[in-house]
Amino acid sequence: MIWIDTLVQGVLLGGLYALFAAGLSLVFGIMRLVNLAHGDLIVMGAYLILVLVTLLGLSPFVALLIAMPLMFALGWGLQKFLLNRTLGDDILPPLLVTFGLSIVLQNALLEGFSADSQRLPTDALTTASVSLGPVTVGVMPLLTFASAIVVIVGLNQLFYRTSLGRAFRATSDDAMTASLMGIKPSNIFATATGLALVIVAIAALYLGLRANFDPSVGPARLIYAFEAVIIGGLGSLWGTLIGGIFIGVAQTVGAAINPEWQILSGHLAFLAVLLVRPRGLFPRAHD
Amino acid sequence: MSILALKNVSKSFGALKVTDSASFDVPQGQALGIIGPNGAGKSTLFNLITGNLKADEGSIHFDGRDVTNVSAMERCLMGIGRSFQIPQPFEKMTVYENLLVAATHGRNQSEGQVQQACATVLEQTEMLRRANTPAGQLSLLERKRLELARAMATEPRLLLLDEIAGGLTEGECQALIQTIKDIHAQGVTIIWIEHVLHALTSVVERLLVLDFGKVIGIGDPDEIMASREVKEIYLGIDV
Repeated sequence: MIWIDTLVQGVLLGGLYALFAAGLSLVFGIMRLVNLAHGDLIVMGAYLILVLVTLLGLSPFVALLIAMPLMFALGWGLQKFLLNRTLGDDILPPLLVTFGLSIVLQNALLEGFSADSQRLPTDALTTASVSLGPVTVGVMPLLTFASAIVVIVGLNQLFYRTSLGRAFRATSDDAMTASLMGIKPSNIFATATGLALVIVAIAALYLGLRANFDPSVGPARLIYAFEAVIIGGLGSLWGTLIGGIFIGVAQTVGAAINPEWQILSGHLAFLAVLLVRPRGLFPRAHD
Repeated sequence: MSILALKNVSKSFGALKVTDSASFDVPQGQALGIIGPNGAGKSTLFNLITGNLKADEGSIHFDGRDVTNVSAMERCLMGIGRSFQIPQPFEKMTVYENLLVAATHGRNQSEGQVQQACATVLEQTEMLRRANTPAGQLSLLERKRLELARAMATEPRLLLLDEIAGGLTEGECQALIQTIKDIHAQGVTIIWIEHVLHALTSVVERLLVLDFGKVIGIGDPDEIMASREVKEIYLGIDV
């Protein structure tokens, strides 16, 4: 019985990792930009929600609704005025710039909020649990997982059902040709990063409700996001969810054996997948 | 009235002058063919007209407006459409989606109008039955047709065709010629670079010969083809 419980908790944890990874995957898919500051942006999002909660006395969920447009604007500006300048044939500049951004963000957060760990306030809802047959699961992990599904379904609908989605795919395929058809790649990229940061804000909410955070935890979130994306196969959003679940299950199983093994077993599972399927479980047919 | 006018347009890549003081104009509604040996600068000339390349010297007017410093995207929105010599569709998107992308952006049209316009173009270019096929799975003729359809979806008044008949069988070529004739009959001005001469001469009203980036002749197709200069330079026949 305890094993079923462990598995279910792992699957639900995977939802959180998929949320971490979805924005990373979106940005990489559209402009081949690896954003090394992604984890720090998640942490920054958590602080933003914390500030809104503290200053305005809002529930974290209402604060998220305010944080989402702010994060979109931040992402849009970040891409338009900084990251677009780094894109080109050479893959090094975006890596260096986002690595630098990661350090800047960590230090800015440290300066502004100190190294004390913080947590978003929880209420009755966030601590509630429900019984599903033999196992009892928290409402929050369920909500996290459901949000991941909604984000992935939403992104897929956006990609395949809207003109903005077609512009994303066309620009991803061939930005030069797309620009000949009236698409402005720089704006498309800015919109994509804005959208990625909206997802980051959602991920930040669940990060902050689930566990303590401090300015230094960003890089570890980045690693989990990376692992989920790579296990899933680059460019596949559903694959990203599977990747997240894979790591989540590996971590909870590891922790069930020995609490010290949680993080390690996630990384080991990732290595194991890389050995067997170096292109991930669901690679795109061609890149 | 001419829809396109080039005045002394030059372009160099390093020491190589690929377009050398090119001057010509294209009257509204005309079909102009461009011929010349490989490396004569034909595709460069197209890139200068579409704005993919910037002219070093000279001026380009489209529809009475100086577009020499106007971006490729804006020229597209003004009505300059083109097909590429090597088809460059968005491979993972369907034929229909390729057209939707071309027809949607920078235009103030509702989704419904855009879909209607794309359906018309699909029919006109005989791609209706392939509408939901990913572009990456098309045959060469279909890819060429998609190039044409995608250019048409931008609702061009000036359509630039770059070797669209190359590599096709005679039957395929004839079918494509008919489609291009139909488009031309609607009043679309066409400039067409082509090595398949009989395809070209069956459509165009005027022929321009390019060699080493220079315009060495422009006029009636029969007269141009009969001229000694063209035979020597272009066809490589020693007369």
